[in-house]
Amino acid sequence: MTATGHTATGHTATGHTATGHTATGDAATGAPPAIELAGVAKDYHSRGRAVPAVSRIDLAIGPGEFFSLLGPSGCGKSTTLRMIAGFEEPTRGRILLQGRDVTAVPPNRRDVNLVFQSYALFPHLDVAGNVAFGLRRRGVKGRELRERVGTMLDLVELSELAERRPRELSGGQQQRVALARALVNRPAALLLDEPLGALDLKLRQTMQIQLKAIQREVGITFIYVTHDQGEALTMSDRIAVMNRGRVEQLASPREIYERPRTRFVAGFIGTSNLLRRTVRAVDAAGPGGRAMVVLDAGADERLSAPLHPQMGPLRTGDQVELTVRPEKIEMSATRPDGPCCALRGRIVEVVYLGTYTTYTVATHGGTEITVFWQNSTDSTNVAERGEEIWLSWLPEHSYVLPESADEEPSTPRSGGPDPGGPPEGDAPRRNGEPAAGAAAQTPTATAAHPVSP
Amino acid sequence: MRRRRAGALAPYFLVLPGGLWLAIFFVVPTAVMLSVSLQTGNVVDGFTQTFDFGVYADAITTYETQFIRSLIFGLIATVTTILLAYPMAYWIAFHAGRNKSNYLFGVLLPFFVSFVIRTVSWKFLLADDGILLGNLKDAGLLPADFHVLATSFAVVAGLTYNFFPFMLLPIYVALERIDPRLLEAADDLYANRRGVLTRVVLPLSMPGVFAGFLLTFVPATSDFVNAYVLGGTNTTMIGNIIQTTYLTNADYPLASAVSFILMAVLLIGIFVYARLLGTRDVLEMSTR
Repeated sequence: MTATGHTATGHTATGHTATGHTATGDAATGAPPAIELAGVAKDYHSRGRAVPAVSRIDLAIGPGEFFSLLGPSGCGKSTTLRMIAGFEEPTRGRILLQGRDVTAVPPNRRDVNLVFQSYALFPHLDVAGNVAFGLRRRGVKGRELRERVGTMLDLVELSELAERRPRELSGGQQQRVALARALVNRPAALLLDEPLGALDLKLRQTMQIQLKAIQREVGITFIYVTHDQGEALTMSDRIAVMNRGRVEQLASPREIYERPRTRFVAGFIGTSNLLRRTVRAVDAAGPGGRAMVVLDAGADERLSAPLHPQMGPLRTGDQVELTVRPEKIEMSATRPDGPCCALRGRIVEVVYLGTYTTYTVATHGGTEITVFWQNSTDSTNVAERGEEIWLSWLPEHSYVLPESADEEPSTPRSGGPDPGGPPEGDAPRRNGEPAAGAAAQTPTATAAHPVSP
Repeated sequence: MRRRRAGALAPYFLVLPGGLWLAIFFVVPTAVMLSVSLQTGNVVDGFTQTFDFGVYADAITTYETQFIRSLIFGLIATVTTILLAYPMAYWIAFHAGRNKSNYLFGVLLPFFVSFVIRTVSWKFLLADDGILLGNLKDAGLLPADFHVLATSFAVVAGLTYNFFPFMLLPIYVALERIDPRLLEAADDLYANRRGVLTRVVLPLSMPGVFAGFLLTFVPATSDFVNAYVLGGTNTTMIGNIIQTTYLTNADYPLASAVSFILMAVLLIGIFVYARLLGTRDVLEMSTR
């Protein structure tokens, strides 16, 4: 045991570059990630039984990144955030802040600040007093204190209300005070726990844009927890979609939306059509060198889709699910030509929604498919209820997923695809060691600096 | 039109019962007391309204010592109850977990016994040859002439004990109402334990301390039972003076004047105290 540990430490130098690679794009420059979670798990104890709230998370969040943890309530996203803030101690794993292990560091000595869902403003202090709270605790006083508080209040447009008490402010104003109170400390990372949850829709949309603008201006890493997919898609550089204490997919908003890796992600983000079919053939060298899967379909019909890059090989006869977004589907009266997917169907429901109309189409297999049809120029419906029509879409707009991926979730590799990497069990050590190595290297680097003229 | 007027008057109906009660049992007796204090005479020949304000000057010069002693005793007892009750309320509110109500009940249990009986038991316990001092003296741990009863200490200790729950409960309620997320927010904003206590918990619990102060200081200052049972001739409080003047000496004008002065002193004192503390803050926080 000791010997293994010793050998692992010996590899720190190579390990450092390895984390840089598995982390974010920014980390490729060699700077440590702003925040790194290595094999972090949290169990709660209920009636003598350990209930996992967070099963195992490996994450690396780059400096200046707007990172979202997205998932339904109870998926472990808030617990993860509270562990980063220091309010919960992980049962297993380590949390690194700018390369330094802070797993055992209490919140008041962690260089991160949290914006609470309920804002948690101090009712006995005015706006300026709330914003100055953290600075005062760190011994900032006098002119510097006034200037920093003033600048921050300007940034969130609250200078006029500096002497108001929180209870005299609207929800949106309170939210901005909470943001200013955390940001003024210039933390290594700002943690936001559903900060817009209590606001009405219009204000929420305005605040989303403001938040993103503020983040760009201050350049601080934001870790944003939300159950609102729209919010996550609007603001984030990257999103980790969480379910049942695990990360299901970690990617850019576009990637998450266009190429959901699991059935859960496909269903949780936007609307997805899922068609359960049997594999008829697998063409290893499809267009663009990607494997194409041909699925069972009726006469004249055609169903094929690229295999998801992270899915294992498929064989003829396997049960899979094809997913396609409603806005990617075309409807026509006759069978379209070309290499597209084509299915016959009968319209069972038409709902006009202003900018677009949703059609529910029953295929011959019995599956219902939703189609969003943009109401661009012609205001009349392209088809009526009961009509027989053809559905078609380009194969690259759809993906084949393993069947019922959410019932037996495969262990997600949140660090991104890494086919050559060691097996899952080695990950925490691999991710953990470099940080220790980085910490060990830092003194050498700083010591070397003053010596050189 | 009619209906609207009736609707506008509705809130006053809510005030009516309480208002009448106060009018009959507080305003009227206070007016009577004021009137009596300005009468001259004695029980045998009867009293006549003379508007002689000299009785107030008499009352102050004669009982100056007892007035001052009462205020000091009341203040010491109140401050002591704050010092004893605050940590206890804090512990129950933040660390007692789901046994909170049991602990509160435990604290309140002795107070189901009558005020007088409790004080008399103290006398029994602290008697010069009682079970506590007597045994310690027999063991040679205390000199034979050592005593606790009839000292200022005994009276203040009795006051502190008897008014303890009036301090504990309001402080407990104020602490209990503090949103735990505020403590987390303070922790997140670099406050250490001391910082969390002095910058967040203490200011937010001030309404409770303020209420506890009123509920303890006013009755403790005008109390006569503790001084009567546990005190001696040198610990007479203003409450005892009022009692003796009224019931024993039947000098109703003087007794009324002393009562009136006590009331005025307490009101002024509380007003100054509220000002110093900032009533606006206290009221605002309590209506958070």
